[in-house]
Amino acid sequence: MTGSMDLPAKGGFSFDLCRRNNMLQKNGLKLPGFRKTGTTIVGLVFQDGVVLGADTRATEGPIVADKNCEKIHFMAPNIYCCGAGTAADTEAVTDMVSSQLQLHRYATGRESRVVTALTLLKSHLFRYQGHVSAALVLGGVDCTGPHLHTVYPHGSTDTLPFATMGSGSLAAMSVFESKYKEGLTREEGIQLVSDAICAGIFNDLGSGSNVDVCVITKGKTEYLRNHQLPNPRTYASSKGYSFTKGQTEVLSTKITPLKQKVEVTEGGDAMEE
Amino acid sequence: MDGFAKSIGGGGPNVPAGSHPAGGSQAAAGGGATQRTQYPYVTGTSVIALKYKDGVIMACDTGASYGSTLRYKSVERIKAVGKHSIIGASGEYSDFQEILRYLDELTLSDHMWDDGNSLGPKEIHNYLTRVMYNRRNKFDPLWNSLVIGGVKKGPKGDEKYLGMVNMIGTHFEENHVATGFGNHLAIPILRAEWHEDMTFEEAVKLVEKCLLVLLYRDRSSINKFQIAKITTEGSTIYPPYSLKTYWGFTHFENPAQGAVGSW
Repeated sequence: MTGSMDLPAKGGFSFDLCRRNNMLQKNGLKLPGFRKTGTTIVGLVFQDGVVLGADTRATEGPIVADKNCEKIHFMAPNIYCCGAGTAADTEAVTDMVSSQLQLHRYATGRESRVVTALTLLKSHLFRYQGHVSAALVLGGVDCTGPHLHTVYPHGSTDTLPFATMGSGSLAAMSVFESKYKEGLTREEGIQLVSDAICAGIFNDLGSGSNVDVCVITKGKTEYLRNHQLPNPRTYASSKGYSFTKGQTEVLSTKITPLKQKVEVTEGGDAMEE
Repeated sequence: MDGFAKSIGGGGPNVPAGSHPAGGSQAAAGGGATQRTQYPYVTGTSVIALKYKDGVIMACDTGASYGSTLRYKSVERIKAVGKHSIIGASGEYSDFQEILRYLDELTLSDHMWDDGNSLGPKEIHNYLTRVMYNRRNKFDPLWNSLVIGGVKKGPKGDEKYLGMVNMIGTHFEENHVATGFGNHLAIPILRAEWHEDMTFEEAVKLVEKCLLVLLYRDRSSINKFQIAKITTEGSTIYPPYSLKTYWGFTHFENPAQGAVGSW
């Protein structure tokens, strides 16, 4: 047992547990469900760098599990990654590659490159043959310029000027296809990304709540958390609810002293350690 | 004998009195285990439509696919119905042709009443809803999503109408509709950019924007479109034309530029 733990992984997917899982399922075990993000994530390249955008709704089937989650993950100071698919998978895989990039930075003494993150992600995802359900939009600016890539759960990647992923990707892509052009300014880029995410929020049931934006340029990254809040809670009264004393009419009062119900014995047994 | 007559009367869709029933394949086939599942064979892709100042504008491409082959490239999927409406269909093309036959019979018998009234788009929509829903209940659907648009004089003046029916009988009326892939790609754009009383030019521009996105992102669409409009003057189906596509992004020219060494 301990001997096998010391050996490094031989590479390739280890299918040992699959037989056991299949056997358990056949014997009636219900596999735990997973929380999908049901998302709209987008990225585009503008003249000075890359803008990434994401909605903030995490769904568990038909229920909104988290109405303000963070889908834009940190990879490196100059590289961020939006994740769609299973929330645990996107978190774990981006965290893992982020630490690998950090170690690589220490080893090389240089700023991380987007291709490095890309290659690490796609190799990992390919090894797991699509079982790690993470669909990512990876963007960043390094010494070779701005880059935007999409990574699919099976490990394939695309290099694109604008990209969308997630259940709201078609709604967002329709906005990009009709409005994207090269050489956008920073404000135009942020506006277009917000428009695309809003299209996803309002036209896709799996996306909703707020818009997160991340602008990456050479030497500077701005993470605009909740850049737009197009779904505010609206109260009937603009001041919210306030319940002043005496507002609720008291019809009757009955006081039952608890002393009659509870026997308090002094010097009982001490609590168990 | 009795059973045969009964099935003739109720076998087809709800056709007006005097016409023979269509779709009587079930009645003719001898009892027993008749299979009713249908698969669409020759299919048309999305149709989009919206109301504008003078009436309704409808557009679709002129392609019909046979599975994954692009079999027919010059198919008219928008047709005029009566004086006041146009109908567009996506889905199984032969079922659309059948629906056009039913509508022909309907408009003919309506004309024969010779009472100065003619069927408007609302009536056609309602008729088709009944047809589609009844066929679905018999597990023999007409595999289409239909878009009906038109203008007819009503109590409040010229009333524009735009509605949709799909193969299971779901129907509704809206200011802008789309079928198939158009639901995912065109509706977000229409919801954001449609407004009341658009001019014809504005409406065409909006429709072309949606058609271009569909061309880029729907695998079964082709670069040959037809636009049709219906106003109080009548219906006009314009000849087919193509849209200009843009492929000149620098990232498209050299995608591996930023990722040399990766695959």
